[in-house]
Amino acid sequence: MEGLRKYFPLRGPLGNVNAHVQAVDGVSFHVAKGETLGIVGESGCGKSTTARLLMRLIDPDAGNMVLDGDPIGHGGLTLRELRRTMQMVFQDSYASLNPRHTATEEITFGLRVHGIGRSEAREQARSALRLVGLEPDMFADRYPHEMSGGQRQRVNIARGIALNPRVLILDESVSALDKSVQAQVLNLLIDLKERLNLTYLFISHDLNVVHHVSDRVLVMYLGKVVEVGPVERIYQAAAHPYTRALFASRLSMDPRQRVDAVPLVGDPPNPVRPPSGCRFRTRCEMAEAVCAAVEPILSEQGALHEAACHAVTPNSGHSRAGGLAHAA
Amino acid sequence: MSAAAEAAPAARPAANAPGRRRRTGGFWQRVGRQVLRDKVALVCAVVLALIALSAIFAPWIAPADPYKTSMLRRLLPPLSPNFILGTDELGRDMLTRLLYGGRVSLSMGIAPVLFATILGGALGITAGYFGKAVNMAIMRVVDVFYAFPSVLLAVAMAGVLGAGIFNSLISLTLVFIPPITRVAESVTTQVRNQDYVEAARATGASSVRIILQHVLANVTGPILTYASSLVSIAIIISSGLSFLGLGAAPPIADWGLMLNTLRQAIYVAPINAVLPGVMIFAASVSFNLLSDSLRTAMDVRA
Repeated sequence: MEGLRKYFPLRGPLGNVNAHVQAVDGVSFHVAKGETLGIVGESGCGKSTTARLLMRLIDPDAGNMVLDGDPIGHGGLTLRELRRTMQMVFQDSYASLNPRHTATEEITFGLRVHGIGRSEAREQARSALRLVGLEPDMFADRYPHEMSGGQRQRVNIARGIALNPRVLILDESVSALDKSVQAQVLNLLIDLKERLNLTYLFISHDLNVVHHVSDRVLVMYLGKVVEVGPVERIYQAAAHPYTRALFASRLSMDPRQRVDAVPLVGDPPNPVRPPSGCRFRTRCEMAEAVCAAVEPILSEQGALHEAACHAVTPNSGHSRAGGLAHAA
Repeated sequence: MSAAAEAAPAARPAANAPGRRRRTGGFWQRVGRQVLRDKVALVCAVVLALIALSAIFAPWIAPADPYKTSMLRRLLPPLSPNFILGTDELGRDMLTRLLYGGRVSLSMGIAPVLFATILGGALGITAGYFGKAVNMAIMRVVDVFYAFPSVLLAVAMAGVLGAGIFNSLISLTLVFIPPITRVAESVTTQVRNQDYVEAARATGASSVRIILQHVLANVTGPILTYASSLVSIAIIISSGLSFLGLGAAPPIADWGLMLNTLRQAIYVAPINAVLPGVMIFAASVSFNLLSDSLRTAMDVRA
């Protein structure tokens, strides 16, 4: 079921010509049809930029993308077709709804863009609202300010699925919601995925939520993929030191297991001038000379599991390379 | 700010009636209701309505002919028999002249602002939405015009184009395009970066479609509010142009022009001389306060 594949080496300079913020630098990954790929990382590591690049809301400087065997652009899928196949749900449920549009107007907008007639679009909007658990008679004519955060986010999801996409990008879609509402929306998303045969790209900084919904997890650091693998592998036997630090920083439900030592100190380096070699080396306890000299590439760590770290890459020159020095 | 703003939430609970929702009405209806609840704004609206109606219906309600002069009845004080507000320096009925003058002065206040709003709004939205080079090109040109004081610019342009109502209308329109463009550009830039515009782009919609359906509705409010505050300035500048002899030419009745011609009589008949000024003042203050109230009403994020 490797029908859906994306390859994405790209370089995203934001800003003016003499300073390039390397927001997303050479990120490649693939998503299988019907799976949920969780993308995690600190603030500013390029998660959302990746999402925007995928939707072509910003133009990538390099890289290409293959969707279901069709390349995007270059005689393949047009941008318009891409945007019908792929939809996105944003973090801020209020800002992502037009304050002057009712729920129906908001959902029908996209449908009308794709040439669906007015009454037909209204019908589809109603069924999309029903799908996300909002009674159309109650909510169809409501403005954003007349709804709660959870309801607004449901409208956002309805807008996304109304176009009948195959891929839904969820960019921190539940992060702004209360815990209880968050759980409801997450369950809704899981339910919708099965019913509508969707593929999810689930971007979040909330590791517990990602654990709950994802099949595979991709960890980003400073615009690079540092590790990717099946969710249980990443959560239990992460290979990259950054991933391990990230997971150690998660608060445990069990107070006895809480760690006192701060696993990760300092802020990420400036993405305008990232460190040479491995970008994580400035904060890595295992950093050695080779880490500054050579940039690590993703190397196999087991079935479907890859990490970009010299310490776990055989023959990299790192003193721990090949050895299983890290404690699981 | 005003009592009306605090009273706003009280109007909402009715919307939560059980069963099928009653529609609360569109945004503009809500704004309208709120402005009318503001006492000052209500008074201003009434004053403006009176001025506007009396100007429109001047030919039917005016007691005399605005152009009929009489050397015998020059500068009669107000409350003279047959001439409630007296006569001007050529013996014409002041009340009639003021009513007719409202026609020119009000249209000179509203028309240029209206045209400037359409043109400046279009320019500003284009600049704000597309950003980058388009923004640079439009906004830098606008800045050049913006650098001149508006009265000076109006006088200079009216001077170049020549005297006359139509020419002063053109010059006033040109004067008001830059500030409106600026306001439109800055609101559009804000709206443009909202997630809902991004979401609209993500549906594959064209720029024109997004501007018409998403941007326009969210920028017209601030642009119109700003434009309404310009009407009073337009009235004053157009009166100023007439006063300088660059706008309406005699014998047309226009408040600015009347102020100019009566100025020589200020020691003989001070009240007559001041009357056109009072009208200019009343109209422009009313427009100003009304637009203030409009802004407050629209600021309320329900």
